[in-house]
Amino acid sequence: MSTTVIDNKKIDQATHNGLFAPSDVMLDLKKLKKVYPTPKGDYVVLEDLNLQIKKEEFVTIIGHSGCGKTTMLSMIAGLNPISGGNISVLGKHIKGPGPDRGVIFQAPSLMPWMTSLQNVLLGVNQVFPHATKAQRNDIAKYYLQKVGLEDAFNKKASDLSQGMQQRVGIARAFAIKPKVLLLDEPFGMLDSLTRGELQDILIEIWNKEKITAVMITHDVDEAIFLADRVVMMTSGPKAKIGDVLSIDFERPRTRKSVLEHDDYYKYRKHLIDFLEH
Amino acid sequence: MKQSITLGKVSKFMGLGFLSTLKNLFTGKLSKEDFRAFLRKTIVPIASILLFLGIWHMGAKALYNVEADFKINKALEERGQAAADEEAACIASGDSTCQPNSLPSPAQVWGSFKSLLRDHGIISADKAAFKEKTAALNAKRVAKGEEPIVYTGRPSFVDQIIRSLKTVFAGFLLALFIAVPLGIFIGLSPTLKAAFNWFIQIFKPVSPVVWYLLVFMIVKTLLIDSSEDSSFTISFISVGLCSMWATLVNTAMGVSSVDKDYINVAKVLKLGTFQKIFKVILPSSLPLIFTGLKITLSVAWMVLIAIELLAQSPGLGLFVWEEFQNGANDSNAKIIVAMFVIGIIGFLLDRLMLFIQNSVSFVKTDAI
Repeated sequence: MSTTVIDNKKIDQATHNGLFAPSDVMLDLKKLKKVYPTPKGDYVVLEDLNLQIKKEEFVTIIGHSGCGKTTMLSMIAGLNPISGGNISVLGKHIKGPGPDRGVIFQAPSLMPWMTSLQNVLLGVNQVFPHATKAQRNDIAKYYLQKVGLEDAFNKKASDLSQGMQQRVGIARAFAIKPKVLLLDEPFGMLDSLTRGELQDILIEIWNKEKITAVMITHDVDEAIFLADRVVMMTSGPKAKIGDVLSIDFERPRTRKSVLEHDDYYKYRKHLIDFLEH
Repeated sequence: MKQSITLGKVSKFMGLGFLSTLKNLFTGKLSKEDFRAFLRKTIVPIASILLFLGIWHMGAKALYNVEADFKINKALEERGQAAADEEAACIASGDSTCQPNSLPSPAQVWGSFKSLLRDHGIISADKAAFKEKTAALNAKRVAKGEEPIVYTGRPSFVDQIIRSLKTVFAGFLLALFIAVPLGIFIGLSPTLKAAFNWFIQIFKPVSPVVWYLLVFMIVKTLLIDSSEDSSFTISFISVGLCSMWATLVNTAMGVSSVDKDYINVAKVLKLGTFQKIFKVILPSSLPLIFTGLKITLSVAWMVLIAIELLAQSPGLGLFVWEEFQNGANDSNAKIIVAMFVIGIIGFLLDRLMLFIQNSVSFVKTDAI
């Protein structure tokens, strides 16, 4: 796919008319609209938003604060009602939230009275009700090990640092084996060192599981490092997809190889140019 | 991982942290910086207690003198100089028939406290003797299917404390079993909230005395055939109804204000209603529920005195009332003893709740 700027109309047409073969599409947003009624009349956050995401694709979404990124993500998660258009996963329209769409929230949102293992099990028990207790424990422990928490199975979530809590959040989301993983600025509240660590952990698990992922971020470098495509959203109201940038780095990627790649600064400039307009 | 439980941890848990400082002082482990903290935590309270006792003692003495002078003057005006001298001599001799009856001094209160304990010893011995004497007879009566003979003598001060604690405990449990489930339902359902809100707002400020009268009206009719003493039933129900409001309101608030993030997690994981309530909503509202329960327990202990007094239930409330009516020489001192006992038990109950709260809730609360 080209990395040059495509104007809005073309993007809309391209995605809407089915840029990808229908059997390849995991997540499909069609003419999505979100309206919040206010005393001064309706406030249109999103309008005519079209986006298709392929199976096993990692898409990051960037845009200015308040443009409706989080609104869009929580609509995909089913936590926010849809005002118009539709969202489908594997061709089926979504109705409310469900474990086929795992969410990693901005705040870790762990139950502070539970241990990290119990927090992961909360989801695992729900998704694998027919597995034995030992099997469910193994699943939860496997993912906690993957995020580097093998020593903290029985630590209370409230005793963990913010970074550790978000690791549990990642483990919880992957452990329920969702079809789509939705990440709402999961590392936004962390310091840059921890953020880098968690990006590595996330991409390592993702390389293994290849779960279709949609992630909101404010961080241009993060967006490029993690994504197959970066989706840029126009500023609200009536936000829509402004531009899409394909990131053609090989996977698995390392931070070093990405930073040293010739195209890296081209991608970066593209994104920053978009955000500064 | 097993955590060792030490004196320090337990005492800190219960808000009695100064105990561990005291232990360090005697074991010589106290550093210089800690010494200041030790002064503040131990010496200052002790000094203030002594100051309090001093002011109390002097105040009591001043009031004693006012009353004594009044008595002597009255004798002088009504019956002349000789009678006045006789009165003064009588007061000075400490004879109990002519002592001024005013605020008792700390020493008198301490004396009354000891005499109440002695009294308890005598009554306990009496009770034990009675039990021994009637044991054989009672065994026969029970075998014949008759009621055993029970001790019906005067209750001792300690018996009255135990009776009051029982009443408060029963009332507290009643409040717990009504207010917590009801609070959860109200917190979960806006419809129920609308249905119950007027009820809560109207009945919350009702005075303990009125609650007592209401309960009396109902229980009296319900137990109309029974010849048993209903004062305990009436007083614990009144205590429960008076004190449950704080728990009801706090539980409803805790349940309806669960962090939205937790609810979203529950939604995404599609937890069932039962799981959502027991795994997410209840644990997260525990701190507020406990705040409510703590208030409930202290309110229960506070209104108990008034309710026992009205219900003629033989606890501390009735003790205070009877001593006041009695007007004997040491009655005032006994009332003050009861006051301190009530205060200290109230304090210990509060600490007990704090201990339970900190062992079950995920938020650790400090003692105030």
